[in-house]
Amino acid sequence: MSRKVLLCSAVVSVLLLGLSGLAFAQELEPEVMKRGLTYFVIAVATAGFAMAIATFGGAWGQSWATKSGLEGIARNPEAAGKITVALIIALALIESLVIYTLVVALIILFANPMTSPIMKLLGME
Amino acid sequence: MEHGFLWLEVLQKPFHLHIPVNVGYFWLAMLILIVVSLIFARKPSFIPKGGQNVLEVVISALEDFIIENLGEHGRPYVPFLATLFIAILVMNLLGLVPGCTSATANLNTNAAMALCAVVYAELVGLKMYGAKYIKHYTGPVMAIAPILIPIEIISRLARVLSLTFRLFGNIMSKEILLMLLFINLDVGKYVLPTLPIYFLGIFVCFVQALIFFMLSMIYFQIAMEEAH
Repeated sequence: MSRKVLLCSAVVSVLLLGLSGLAFAQELEPEVMKRGLTYFVIAVATAGFAMAIATFGGAWGQSWATKSGLEGIARNPEAAGKITVALIIALALIESLVIYTLVVALIILFANPMTSPIMKLLGME
Repeated sequence: MEHGFLWLEVLQKPFHLHIPVNVGYFWLAMLILIVVSLIFARKPSFIPKGGQNVLEVVISALEDFIIENLGEHGRPYVPFLATLFIAILVMNLLGLVPGCTSATANLNTNAAMALCAVVYAELVGLKMYGAKYIKHYTGPVMAIAPILIPIEIISRLARVLSLTFRLFGNIMSKEILLMLLFINLDVGKYVLPTLPIYFLGIFVCFVQALIFFMLSMIYFQIAMEEAH
């Protein structure tokens, strides 16, 4: 019970310290800069984790599709041409979902829309 | 993101032009294809030799594949689909040449091609069925038509988006990976680390051109087949 209280008070105190930093946004002390730029730290971490989770799901789906395709070819080698065509299309469609996540991650890392407002807030524009 | 060294920038400087990168390299791909066709297919002989043989193999393979999937009344659409495949393949492979970049690594080129393919498929369906083409959108039973028509319209738009982003994501990630490996590793003096990704990049170029072409062909097939 006391561990829960400790954890909750730690989270609340961190939040309070973080929010109180906004009041001092006019002066560019290193403390304020650090709090203002926490957004970018979290954004980069999010991009990395998003890519990893998407790749996990995509690899699982593709391996399942490949398994069914290979079983079909093994059962009926004459239909290998048609099965291969359908298999390639299915793999590309599943992979495109992972690519969408990659595009979002690239946008977060390289074309972040929050760069301009945050820089303005910190007075660096 | 910086592009690094590009031949287009060097060639544009004396003339003070501002051709965008993707447009310039699309023109380069067009130039390569036109020159190759002019050299090898100017006066086609009945018994093909040399370069004409290669071109004939490519074109006949594509044509057989398209006719096999679309049927005999798909023959007028072979030039468009085959051009999609060959142009996207050449543009993708151009990105692997040092000093050049892929025109398909830019969203604008991909969106234009995807829009052309999807709108053309719809027009083909309209031409073939006339007003009855709406049956493709309403589904088997008339009762669910109010739900199904918006879903079908959104699915058409999603096809454009998915074609665009699939090609863009694959080719852009290949370019970024090559650039990162080229700049950041000192082993082998700038060239050796990029070689494994080079081979993967060639494979990805082929597969992505094939996927764009095959999906466009399937959209044509869906528009041309009988409604449910």
